[in-house]
Amino acid sequence: MTGRAGIGLMLILAAAAPAPPGASSCSGCHGAEAPIAGHDAKEMTESLNGYRSGARPSTVMGRIVKGFTEPELIAIADWWAARK
Amino acid sequence: MIRRRHVLAAGVTLPFTATARVTPRVVVIGGGFGGATAARFLRRNGVSATLLEPNATFVACPFSNAVISGERRLDAQKFGYAAIAAEGVKVVHAAATSVDTNGKSVTVSDGTKIPYDRLILSPGIDIIWGGLEGYDEAAAARLPHAWQAGEQTLLLRRQLEAMPDGGLVVMSVPPNPYRCPPGPYERASLIAWYLKSHKPRSKILVLDAKDVFSKQKLFQNAWKQLYPGLLEWVSLSDGGKVVRVDPASLTFETEFGSHKADVGIVVPPQRAGAIAVLSGAADRSGWCPIDPVTFESRLVPGVHVLGDAAIAGAMPKSAFAANAQAKVCADAVSALLRGDKPEEPRLINTCYSVAAPEYGFSVAGVYRPVNGMLTEIEGAGGTSPLDAPETQRVQEARYGDRWFQTITAEVFG
Repeated sequence: MTGRAGIGLMLILAAAAPAPPGASSCSGCHGAEAPIAGHDAKEMTESLNGYRSGARPSTVMGRIVKGFTEPELIAIADWWAARK
Repeated sequence: MIRRRHVLAAGVTLPFTATARVTPRVVVIGGGFGGATAARFLRRNGVSATLLEPNATFVACPFSNAVISGERRLDAQKFGYAAIAAEGVKVVHAAATSVDTNGKSVTVSDGTKIPYDRLILSPGIDIIWGGLEGYDEAAAARLPHAWQAGEQTLLLRRQLEAMPDGGLVVMSVPPNPYRCPPGPYERASLIAWYLKSHKPRSKILVLDAKDVFSKQKLFQNAWKQLYPGLLEWVSLSDGGKVVRVDPASLTFETEFGSHKADVGIVVPPQRAGAIAVLSGAADRSGWCPIDPVTFESRLVPGVHVLGDAAIAGAMPKSAFAANAQAKVCADAVSALLRGDKPEEPRLINTCYSVAAPEYGFSVAGVYRPVNGMLTEIEGAGGTSPLDAPETQRVQEARYGDRWFQTITAEVFG
């Protein structure tokens, strides 16, 4: 059976990439649809970095993004961008 | 043999023995913010999920303080399970009466046994009746707790409405830990708001078994500004700890004296929901120690605990935390069932409170496992600034409203 079935299943798993650390918490406030799901990854990363530096004003986001490194924020933005 | 191992390594939900089922089964006990989320996200991972919840309608606690103050209807707190069932979760409206952790099955109220490969407990809190002297189940009809939303919430609302102007509201607050750390102070604020607008000669007295509490300076600033002379908070050091209540005379006794209330509220001492204790997942503290990566019980293998019932390190017992933990736990349980190693998680908590209808503020935290405990990442999180302009208080009150709409849509919609 297995060679072919194994490859097929591996492809399915590759499509459903697990959420990088922290990403699944976002929908608690933002929901799992637009505006964050499917949003342009580069734009989202810029916003997140702006919250962290304070260049982009926020109430709570600035406090949250300080718990993540820049590569972690990129991974989160990429994952949400790939959702729809 | 080699082939089978290869396939398992690829992370496929295949049987572990030749005769076993293809789809692993997870039973989730408790259909609140934690359990309902866990069941849905497991289902999305292709895992068979049964959700055990005795009530057909869930009544949410966040924002229920606004029902008490008359700003909101209880109907706005109610949610059903139809959308969760439509997604393929098997929703069973029955209470779990026992768990066989060796045989891996849950027995429900009608005697049915439901087998599981992994069990998730999200039972919320139980009140420790008698944990405060004089406060048993019957006393709650005179001195409402309203710490599990529903009839108790409406009872407290009716009592406040019936109280004459010039009356005294007394609220007893327990030591940590308990569900919703800032909840008592938001409640005191909104009751003060109601009194100020409807019964301005009245007063609310908060008797606390603590000296410090969540969002303390933000609340105290708001009280000074909005409710001078109307809301008095008595700390542990100032003799605030209530040692006994008398439901017949609505009297609260501290070590230093007694206060007779016109409306009395007891935020009672709490522990993990009964099924967590029955399963052996609760320790002597009454709460459930867990592994911070998988939320698997430290005491009972194959059983995971999340939400208010869990000892989640620095994470508070909030709806946001339960929802965030449930998503991490669902992914970890799915990985374990595939034979994969769960990834180390990062969790977020965000919690809004209001001191008045248009006066909101928040606390946030980011958490990761350190030495086996969920630990707050330094330099992140914290509360809204003390010197924020009024526009930010208005904005955060509105963000709080939006949060409630969004999270309840994710969990129940």
